[in-house]
Amino acid sequence: MAIEYLGLSNINGPLVVLEGVQDAFFDEIVEFVVDGRTRKLGRIVEVDEDKALIQVFEGTENMSLGNTHTKLTGHPMEVKVSADMLGRTFNGIGQPIDGLGPIRSNDKRDVNGLPLNPVRREYPRNYIRTGISAIDGLTTLIRGQKLPIFSGNGLPHDQLAAQIVKQASLGDNSDEEFAIVFGAMGVKHDVAEFFRKTFEESGVSDHVCMFLNLANDPVVERLITPKVALTVAEYLAFECNMHILVILTDMTSFAEAMREVSSSRGEIPSRKGYPGYLYSELATIYERAGIVEGANGSVTQLPILTMPNDDITHPIPDLTGYITEGQIVLERNLHGQSIYPPISILPSLSRLMKDGIGKGYTREDHQALANQLFSSYAKVGEARNLASVIGEDELSKIDKQYLKFGEEFEKRYIGQGPAENRTIQETLDLGWELLRLLPREELDRIDTKLIEQYYPREAD
Amino acid sequence: MSNRVTGKIYGINGPVIYLKGKHDFKMSEMVYVGNEKLVGEVISLDKDRTTIQVYEETSGLKPGERVEGTDSAVSVTLAPGILDNIFDGIERPLERIAEKGGAFISRGVSVDSLDTVRLWDTHITVEEGDLVHGGTVIAEVPETRAIVHKCMVPPDVEGRIVSVVPDGKYTIQDVLVKVELMDGNIRELTMTQKWPIRVPRPVSKRFPASVPLVTGQRILDTMFPIAKGGTAAIPGGFGTGKTMTQHQIAKWSDADIIIYIGCGERGNEMTQVLEEFSELVDPKSGNPLMDRTTLIANTSNMPVAAREASIYTGLTLAEYYRDMGYDVAIMADSTSRWAEALRELSGRLEEMPAEEGFPAYLASRLSAFYERAGMMQTLNGMTGSVSIIGAVSPQGGDFSEPVTQNTKRFVRCFWGLDKSLAYARHFPAIHWMTSYSEYLNDLSGWYSDHVSPKFLDYRNRMMTLLNQENSLMEIVKLIGGDVLPDDQKLILEIARVIRLGFLQQNAFHKDDTCVSLEKQFKMMDVILYLYKTCRKLVAMGMPMSVLKAEGIFEKVIAIKYDVPNDNLQLLDMYKVEIDEFYHRVMEKNA
Repeated sequence: MAIEYLGLSNINGPLVVLEGVQDAFFDEIVEFVVDGRTRKLGRIVEVDEDKALIQVFEGTENMSLGNTHTKLTGHPMEVKVSADMLGRTFNGIGQPIDGLGPIRSNDKRDVNGLPLNPVRREYPRNYIRTGISAIDGLTTLIRGQKLPIFSGNGLPHDQLAAQIVKQASLGDNSDEEFAIVFGAMGVKHDVAEFFRKTFEESGVSDHVCMFLNLANDPVVERLITPKVALTVAEYLAFECNMHILVILTDMTSFAEAMREVSSSRGEIPSRKGYPGYLYSELATIYERAGIVEGANGSVTQLPILTMPNDDITHPIPDLTGYITEGQIVLERNLHGQSIYPPISILPSLSRLMKDGIGKGYTREDHQALANQLFSSYAKVGEARNLASVIGEDELSKIDKQYLKFGEEFEKRYIGQGPAENRTIQETLDLGWELLRLLPREELDRIDTKLIEQYYPREAD
Repeated sequence: MSNRVTGKIYGINGPVIYLKGKHDFKMSEMVYVGNEKLVGEVISLDKDRTTIQVYEETSGLKPGERVEGTDSAVSVTLAPGILDNIFDGIERPLERIAEKGGAFISRGVSVDSLDTVRLWDTHITVEEGDLVHGGTVIAEVPETRAIVHKCMVPPDVEGRIVSVVPDGKYTIQDVLVKVELMDGNIRELTMTQKWPIRVPRPVSKRFPASVPLVTGQRILDTMFPIAKGGTAAIPGGFGTGKTMTQHQIAKWSDADIIIYIGCGERGNEMTQVLEEFSELVDPKSGNPLMDRTTLIANTSNMPVAAREASIYTGLTLAEYYRDMGYDVAIMADSTSRWAEALRELSGRLEEMPAEEGFPAYLASRLSAFYERAGMMQTLNGMTGSVSIIGAVSPQGGDFSEPVTQNTKRFVRCFWGLDKSLAYARHFPAIHWMTSYSEYLNDLSGWYSDHVSPKFLDYRNRMMTLLNQENSLMEIVKLIGGDVLPDDQKLILEIARVIRLGFLQQNAFHKDDTCVSLEKQFKMMDVILYLYKTCRKLVAMGMPMSVLKAEGIFEKVIAIKYDVPNDNLQLLDMYKVEIDEFYHRVMEKNA
């Protein structure tokens, strides 16, 4: 039934135009055969009666207006899904590249996914212990949450993500099935290798499904990689009842790819040349995290993005922050002081934290303690500013105490070893220990009762 | 029906489709697109091109598929069953969609907006022979435990009633009364009306703002109040607490009905509102909050065209309840997503962009939206209001961007959220220096009649202290606080008490989450009394360090937690304690 079309009428960057097609539909996948040898995939991004504009995933190299045969597949981008995908490695559009043969499965899913109905969502409440104080104590990660890491080039976001994977997977709920879906968009070869090695070392590599689009792979492919990864994640979570942690790196490359394709389509740019639909497009990725009523699994997203020029107001981190449920921000200054993980506490936030901590989840004092640490640490900044103007010696006694607190807080609470796995008790107790560096009157965010219980040095 | 216009799809570009040739579609007409009958709206007509925006995902559509007109504008169905419900951007109930299509929202699901089978207890309020006109209440239905739904004559109908049914149980499609129109035709009326979402419902006149929308949030009620029928904007970067502030107002404000529009926001947040509001109890009526609430959820991954429509859908529902004489408050979270939807569609239409890619008509759309708010006399002579509280998500947290700036021109209340306050976890992070309310003077009469004649005076004195603190902080930043004279140190200390003890409010504390105006006033009273007393002491040469050592400031800051809302007499004790503090200091240091 499938008609093959010979030739193209236009090639422009990753886009080709095919004329005279019948029955083509928006978002349909097409197959190209170039010179009778190479096979490529493409996606229809616009149809005008008999003219189709097609994005070519594997790049348009070697394609000419005459040497290409095009076949419509009659379906949107689909990916085969199976529980056997764990332990395997795929390219950016879901084709195996580990030499272990194709995936045998009759189950196929449309990679575009569908929006999850809010009335069938379950509100996420179970926290994931990562063993990292700055995260567990102050920006708690919740199962079903989307919590991106805002980083910059040269900061240790990969180590942090790897540590989270290692420690969260070895958490207290070992009886539940846990797996990782890893989607790489335009990352360096070394980075992909780093993650592969880490997964192997921590013994989780047979629970990892990797989708790799490396920096030298075709740009258009990147647009589909996160969707393929999430489609597999949703399948594993909601049909195989597993708890899936999805790591997507680097979202900046994804957005860059979108800009590149958009400009070659001649679309009207909005901010910094990004297309107007950047927000919607990012949202269709990030919103695919959560828990569905009645399913035992969950999809938790940990996207990594590098902020161009460390600018948090750049459109990519900015729009991301409006969609995701908080963010973990890394800071160059802390990194410079050899503090690992260099998490900048004040702009970091976990929106779902408030419902997943406290009595019955972590400990009753958790929320108040976190608020106090945030608020006291904010004052450290003020004291430091003042010290830089009038000199440390001239500071009042209380300001000096804040400086001391700030230093200890950064060194001991934020800073920890790349393999150090702290319990939630340790994290919370450490928080109180640091607060004792400050006089009691300064603790204005904590209920008097909790202060009496936890603040005195000899709590027992 | 045969007279409906049909056409064939020519081109598809994301959520926008084109038809070639001349068609008789009308502007803003609702159409069904393609074999799956996706809902769409005509947005531009040209002699050789018709443009339609589609409210559902368009992947899979093919050129040549049919487009069918409906001969009516995109409308909402208005009848009992709207409250305690959650809809998508074009008033399709999400619960029904889930029953039909499972956990994920698939395309082309056709469901009724409202339950057409459910029988409602109906009390007919008109008799045969009555003259009725648009707005006349013909029946009353207890829609939820909290709200009586008044079924009204549609605005375009006028005539004499020729028959009525007895009281009883009816569905929203049963004929309740028959009206003989002026031209002699008979019109059958049910509980249901349809109304196009982009057209404001008519009213007879507009009243000036005179009554505050009491929210129980101190920084709003006391410092920057909004009137019933007023408009407010909450701009703030991500993480500054826009949604949290909207939730607090939706929970505790004294509006009769809340329409909560989640426009391009997070799915989990809508789920949270749904869960939480079903459990929380309205302090006034003792019923679950959902009984007075309607949620419109168009999460960020749902189709962009429906996001644009969701704001109007919510607004029309609000106007409908206003026409029954209720005070309705709309939470629009967030209007920036709506503006971005406009931008996205405008880009697809290849319109000439204005500032930052937004279409040039952004300002006029925003003003048209906010002008639909107001305290109105309805067609039936009742008084109702629609207040709009719109969150704005400025790009990069920068208030100079087009959506914030244009919004600022059309709202009278501006609650600017501040990043540094949010970083220090001072919530609500509404900054007292950037925010304003133009309603203060309009509401002064109400405050002096209903709370205290001193209310505004106290409020202004606190604002002055905060302003003084702000200028003093400039000095402190340069040379430190120690060198200030004691009277200025006192201002800093009192301003701290105001910030921590009054402006900061804990949404998770049972006594602090919602505070009555009476308590707000008394708290101000205590704080200012403390200031007066301390000023006397400082004037006598007492150093601030001595005053601070007594711990009285901490005690006053803790009032918000220590005085339960049902025992406000305790507040009078604080003045006594301040007097004791005065004598103690005098004795020790005389």
